[in-house]
Amino acid sequence: MIEIIGIFLLCLTVITAIGVVRTTSLFAAVMLMGIFSLLMAAAFILLDAADVALTEAAVGAGISTVLMLSALALTGDRREKPSNRPRVLSLIVVVITAGTIFYATFDKPALGDPKAPIHQHVTPEYFAMTRQLIDIPNVVTAVLASFRGYDTFGEVLVVFTAGIGVLFLLGTGPTTRRRRQLSSARGLKHHQPLRIGGKVVIPFIILFAFYVQFHGEYSPGGGFQAGAIFAAAVILYGLLEGERRGLAVLPPQFLLYMSAGGALLFGGVGVACMLLGGNFLDYNVLANDSVTAQQLGILIIELGVGVTVAGVLLAIYHAFAARGVQ
Amino acid sequence: MDSVHLPALQVVVPLLTAPIVAVLRDARLSWLAAVVTSVMTFVVSVYIVQHVLAGAVLSYQMGGWAAPYGIELRVDSLNALMLLVVSGASTLALLAGRQSLTLQIGEERLPLFMAAWLLALAGLVGILVSGDAFNIFVFMEISSLASYILISGGPDRRALPSVFKYLIAGTLGATFYLIGVGMVYMMTGTLNIADMEARLAGVGDTNVVFVAAGFITIGLALKAAIYPMHAWMPNAYTFAPNIVTAFIAACSTKVALYVLLRMDFFVFQKNLVDHESQFTYLLMPLALLGIVFGSVAAVFERNIKRILAFSSVAQIGYILLGASLISVSGFTAAVLHLFNHALAKSALFLAVAAMGLYFARLRLQVLRGAGRKMPWTFAAFVVAGLSLIGVPGTAGFVSKWALISAALESNLVVPLLVLILGSSLLAIVYIGRIVEHLWFGDATDKAVQIGEAPSWMLAMVWLAVAANIWFGLDSSLPMALAQQSAIDLLRQLP
Repeated sequence: MIEIIGIFLLCLTVITAIGVVRTTSLFAAVMLMGIFSLLMAAAFILLDAADVALTEAAVGAGISTVLMLSALALTGDRREKPSNRPRVLSLIVVVITAGTIFYATFDKPALGDPKAPIHQHVTPEYFAMTRQLIDIPNVVTAVLASFRGYDTFGEVLVVFTAGIGVLFLLGTGPTTRRRRQLSSARGLKHHQPLRIGGKVVIPFIILFAFYVQFHGEYSPGGGFQAGAIFAAAVILYGLLEGERRGLAVLPPQFLLYMSAGGALLFGGVGVACMLLGGNFLDYNVLANDSVTAQQLGILIIELGVGVTVAGVLLAIYHAFAARGVQ
Repeated sequence: MDSVHLPALQVVVPLLTAPIVAVLRDARLSWLAAVVTSVMTFVVSVYIVQHVLAGAVLSYQMGGWAAPYGIELRVDSLNALMLLVVSGASTLALLAGRQSLTLQIGEERLPLFMAAWLLALAGLVGILVSGDAFNIFVFMEISSLASYILISGGPDRRALPSVFKYLIAGTLGATFYLIGVGMVYMMTGTLNIADMEARLAGVGDTNVVFVAAGFITIGLALKAAIYPMHAWMPNAYTFAPNIVTAFIAACSTKVALYVLLRMDFFVFQKNLVDHESQFTYLLMPLALLGIVFGSVAAVFERNIKRILAFSSVAQIGYILLGASLISVSGFTAAVLHLFNHALAKSALFLAVAAMGLYFARLRLQVLRGAGRKMPWTFAAFVVAGLSLIGVPGTAGFVSKWALISAALESNLVVPLLVLILGSSLLAIVYIGRIVEHLWFGDATDKAVQIGEAPSWMLAMVWLAVAANIWFGLDSSLPMALAQQSAIDLLRQLP
């Protein structure tokens, strides 16, 4: 049964991908990309990768679609410019690349094979060590936040770098933006049903964000997803009530502090571990009992992740929106 | 904190200062903070090099978890030398760059820009110290994204399309690398480089591993701008802010080359039958083509930065040629040239940045006679140019000599010698053309009004030039590290 659903989902993703390439309407392409992400999220669920699925749904289908749409609103260009370049060469390269990957899969371990190397080497140890040394049910959180916490720290800095890039390029540094008069972008104020319905949902979205944030040790989720969901709630408010009131909730300067602060909180935990005599991000030294210390470390760094992700996503959104009303 | 933490500090110092710099309001303060951070990073590199020269291989367990469960940082002679190059190039460029950065970026945007600079630096050193294939990808993302920001800061609007091209090429390269790493993970269940090598032992003859090696090599070749995958590079270097070019040109493609050597030799070499033949039949021809193409293209360019960028295409060819000879002398020459070319290019681009204080466009026509008005900058450019050509007494000579000796040991003596000497002659031609315009050309109206570069910047340019002469006369430090790296690399061969 799972195979059939899997094949069905993958066929849909292929069709969606072809649709993205074929359509000349940029708006349609963005929406199709959102659908593509949602299909991928479903496929990840099928593979029992609930954390990845949640991320894909929140970031791929949710936030990035919103960001793409706001970028589209800036360009005013709704159609792809026809290109005169011959596409045969690109097609050949793509076919060769795809063929090579296909060729590689001939002797890969079968899907779900318990004897596959990925299930034999570090994974069983991760399960055993998580139970014994960290004592939280979600092993994925343990891997991301503790065993490979340094990678996660790097990813937070990737998000931060992206935020800096957008702020730098769009030239809406916080100092200039405050002085600028925001014209009255009106949002959807005149669509009463949407406005009321939307505002009812917002508190629940925020509550859900906090749940995903602080419950990540027990169920799928964590800082990345929570940050994206929280940002989605604030963006929804901005869409409903207009850019000006959206900005009043969380001013740009504050968003920059959030983006930097989350990364500093994460890194600060690492440095604290060094000062207390451990290695960078070795949470064991944070408390007398090493299991409590691991849980404490994970809780704090996940908070750092969430704060930076929310801050950066909102800063990017506002950078687009503020440019739109210039 | 004692020396145990050195590999972690190497990355954490610039990585954690970046968010602080980003929220600063004062341009001058943000520059100062970046300089101090970069100097600290350089000092950590120097300490690391000292330990490595004493024969140590530094290993660090991130989070206190032993590899392969946690992420390991691992520094041997190959990456120690590269650390010196990256942190040194960043420090020199930043020290020299205050006026140039204020002019080209503007005071208001400088704090965010300096934060991006530190992130690029942290990303590059993060790649270098890492002993974990996925962790390398994470830091590749940081360094690439930050480099795009740095290049997009150029005052010319054409910086934006060129950075977009770079972004597409860079993302493709990184994705190919990630696909390869994913495939290796599928067959081994590990991400640690040393552990990958050990666990690939039984599965080296599968399609998956074979294809993985191909994806990783091609992806990194794209990021390293190996001919013919260099198309993103000349424009990116040309339209970037001048000081950024001095930093990026010295090190970013070389870090990708380093990862290429690391993965090919320390993961695949022992496990894929006859893996080294990809150097003989694929990478060496590309290296030779790159040397010819880059040198010839440089001769015909009219913008001084583009000339130097195409020269970089040729220089990457030299490095790759050395490595493709698969011999101790070849590897030594390659690693030495990694170091020496960074010295020469960094000095050249700093001199160009000094001229850029007065000229918005750096075309040879516009720069005519400028050398006579700024004789010290011009003299620095000439000496660094001699190092690029490979004149005795400069660093460039040491590595070119090493390359020639390596070529003499190979079975392609005559064609290789003709190529190396021929392209050196072309280097004389393109550097000579710049000198001719700068010194002997009739001064343009603009050139009449200018004076010498600010004395502090001039001092830094000459510091870079002095390094070229110092390491030309006494090359024991890079030579020791290069020889040790060559031995390590060759030990991987059957």
